[in-house]
Amino acid sequence: MSGEQALLGLVIAALGTYLWRFLGVAFSGRINTESEVFRWMSCVAYAMLAGLVARIILMPIGLLEEASLLTRISAVTLAAGVMLWRHPRFGGLVPALILGCVFVGGVSALG
Amino acid sequence: MTEARWQFRSKQEALRRGLRDGIGVPAAVLFAGMLGFGALGHSIGLSLALTGSTTIFMFALPGQIVFAEMVALGASAWLAGLAAMITAARFLPMTLTVLPQIPAEHQSRFRYLTVHMLALTSWAVAMRDFPKMEPQYRQAYLIGMSAACYGCAIPGTFIGYLLAGQVPVPLTLALLFVNPLFFFLTFFEVKPVANRLALVFGAAVGLSVYVVFPDYSILAAGAVGGSLAYGLNRWREQRTQARADGLPR
Repeated sequence: MSGEQALLGLVIAALGTYLWRFLGVAFSGRINTESEVFRWMSCVAYAMLAGLVARIILMPIGLLEEASLLTRISAVTLAAGVMLWRHPRFGGLVPALILGCVFVGGVSALG
Repeated sequence: MTEARWQFRSKQEALRRGLRDGIGVPAAVLFAGMLGFGALGHSIGLSLALTGSTTIFMFALPGQIVFAEMVALGASAWLAGLAAMITAARFLPMTLTVLPQIPAEHQSRFRYLTVHMLALTSWAVAMRDFPKMEPQYRQAYLIGMSAACYGCAIPGTFIGYLLAGQVPVPLTLALLFVNPLFFFLTFFEVKPVANRLALVFGAAVGLSVYVVFPDYSILAAGAVGGSLAYGLNRWREQRTQARADGLPR
């Protein structure tokens, strides 16, 4: 792809991404947080996010494939355990995130 | 809400709190994710300017990855742009769920601009923490949080590009894992049953569709998985209500 083509692609991608944000702002004023439409949209948003995250963890594209499926599942399971552990310092989000990522990097470094 | 409320004296204070909270885990997650993306841009032969521009003008990591890979593969500009646009569809339900929680009279005049800085990360945090604060402070808090994320993502991309090839593979792998793991972990803080069901159905539908039609997996996960979850929860609530009313099932 030439420089001009890449620039055209970037403009389309940027406008295409912003379009969804724009529509969201434009329509948000008409939505009540107690309404059924709002509850349905929440389900759609969380389902999209879960679909994306499950795909990246279980069927990644690119370099993340270098970490085996077993490594990725073990890292996620370990991190979930730490996330739910009610220890004031070693439980919760941040320790879980660090442990999971260090695990993936560490297994790759040793293997 | 049973949770303790966060007390703010002014919108400025809410903005500062948003910035400060943002500079913690959310910005670190985005910074790491964008380091990984910058390294990807370098490894597939994009220019520094194009790689950095996708962060500045798109600011949607999955779409940026799709776009970069298609440009590198030589797809047409239209195809690469439209593919990125499809992956960004999630911003519609995201903005439609977060903005109505801010009263109209307290929404920023610049909301059409600030919405550009909204990321999955700041959305997830806002959905979790909005109930803890008075509605009039939510806009300021969200802008602070989003600005912190956006502000860290841009240098992250450039640094990742410039460091690419000089960082060992295990470190790159650990960085690439930050984004998905962060979102996975925030799922444990999702409280409403309907939304929990949506996570399960979304993952199941997304994975199944990905095997056959990879380009549409995210859309299908949302439209099919989300609607199934909503319907099932609706049915469950009505059944509980019917029982409470003493009606036969």
